Amino acid sequence: MEVDKVVHLPRLSRVAVCGGTHGNELSGVYLVKELLKAKNVMKEDNDDEERPASVLMVLSNPWAMQQCRRYVNTDLNRCFTHAALSGPVSKKDPYEMIRSKELNALLGPKGSPEAVDLVCDLHNTTSNMGLCLIAYSDCDWICLHIFRYLQRQMPDIPMRYIHLDVSSKESYSLDSVGKHGFAMEIGPQPHGVVRSNIYTTMKHGVQHVLDWVRFYNSGTVFEGGFVDVYTTVKNMDYPRDSETGNITAAIHPQLQVQSEMYLHFFIY
Amino acid sequence: MSSYNNSARFNEARRVAIFGGTHGNEMSGVTLVNLWVKNSAEIQRKRVETKPFITNPKAVEKCTRYVDTDLNRAFSPENLSAPEGDDLPYEVQRAQEINRIFGPKGSPEAYDVIFDLHNTTSNMGCTLILESSKDHFNLQMMNYIKKAIAPASCLVLLNEHPLLKYSTSRSIAKHPVGLEVGPQPQGVLRSNIFEAMRVILKHALDFIELFNEGMEFPPCTVEVFWVSERIDYPRDANGNIIAMVHPNLQDCDWEPLNPGDPMFQTFDGKTIHYQGPGTVYPTFINEAAYYEKQQAFVITRRETLVASAIRKA
Repeated sequence: MEVDKVVHLPRLSRVAVCGGTHGNELSGVYLVKELLKAKNVMKEDNDDEERPASVLMVLSNPWAMQQCRRYVNTDLNRCFTHAALSGPVSKKDPYEMIRSKELNALLGPKGSPEAVDLVCDLHNTTSNMGLCLIAYSDCDWICLHIFRYLQRQMPDIPMRYIHLDVSSKESYSLDSVGKHGFAMEIGPQPHGVVRSNIYTTMKHGVQHVLDWVRFYNSGTVFEGGFVDVYTTVKNMDYPRDSETGNITAAIHPQLQVQSEMYLHFFIY
Repeated sequence: MSSYNNSARFNEARRVAIFGGTHGNEMSGVTLVNLWVKNSAEIQRKRVETKPFITNPKAVEKCTRYVDTDLNRAFSPENLSAPEGDDLPYEVQRAQEINRIFGPKGSPEAYDVIFDLHNTTSNMGCTLILESSKDHFNLQMMNYIKKAIAPASCLVLLNEHPLLKYSTSRSIAKHPVGLEVGPQPQGVLRSNIFEAMRVILKHALDFIELFNEGMEFPPCTVEVFWVSERIDYPRDANGNIIAMVHPNLQDCDWEPLNPGDPMFQTFDGKTIHYQGPGTVYPTFINEAAYYEKQQAFVITRRETLVASAIRKA
């Protein structure tokens, strides 16, 4: 691979930052609310640019946010498959199935030339994952370059790129609506809680993403290189009782603790 | 013959209950009680009938704190004496049912001891919660548990504040004991938190067994954290939260908070300082369930209580 050959990719004119896709993941909820208070148009300093790129701030699941729940009827972040988006709308549909079509109209349509260029969907997890960018592709250079940029700007934050091994035909989450997209997942944070260190990390992460887009649009060349990627292999369920389906074991303290080593690095 | 002057006498604690799932998403208690409902060998003691009980099964099934209203606020005299009916909120009906089984609250027939198991997202470690500074049986139990688990620690929170006190499920018993262990996210089971809860209960039941066998417990002192004030998040005119618990305060349950110390951080990065008159001890810092109850943390003051000697009547 010739890493010194420069590849030209289209401008990113429209970027969406989404919070509250899960209504109890509060860093994204509060961050998007804050950003909505400020102007949401990026100003370009560079005189060569014809017009600034626009940033849409979106609160994805307002009803779930109001109740501080993950979802009202069904997980919104599973409602963006092509099948889910193309069916007819009925008032009897689960709330999130109606909402995903609204979001698809706003940010998509998924797969079309009108879709936004980049979706950054904000999430929190109770797991001790640090900051993860989660994407369907392991060769989307926009996403990979954003990740490298974030790593360099935030060297004290444990950061991983997770590749969901799901084909784009079967993609199901909000970030798949844009031409490029990823979820920014930060933990550990309990549901229904905003931890200031986690919020601040997310705020800086989003700022760096938007900075990167601005530099990219103004013609900056980003050096090629290598990125470590974690590819999902398998989901592990808890051991369950074969009759009742009830969970019969907890994560072992050693496994729970191993990941906590990173907490030392995580005090922001 | 008592070895001590003024040894307080209490009846044997023959009927004990362990409540789990009062909040359906606080998983350590739910899991422990389900385990003991299937096999109660671990919680059996001589001369004690110990009943494990899921207080809010509908909330447990949905893995939510409550269905209609907070069960752990539902045991008020008004609710317990209200005429029965299906139109009552689920948790009020449930409170009446629990009062029938384990009460009636305030009567001689009420259970002797109820342990109510809770988890919190706050970094409180193991906390025992009392509702009276004058219950010497409970104070002696606290002393016994603290000594038994040393050097590990278990702190005692006392909520006797007339306005901040609330009608808990355990308040039905003659001797109510809350057990709050954190940090654990709602809906999540952490094995270390689960085990810590299990160990505390083991010692609590050992204490009851020893007491029932006639052991006399000498006078002792118990350090308690006495609830004095509730502090809400800073909010705007519409009631929206505008600041978070400050990183310096986050996870610092039980550590002294001095006037001038950082307390909150606004979303745009400004610090709000604690302006109280003296040093206090905050706890329940950033508990998820309290955002809706207008509570960012609770302020306590540290006191030492004296427990008189006790023995069974």
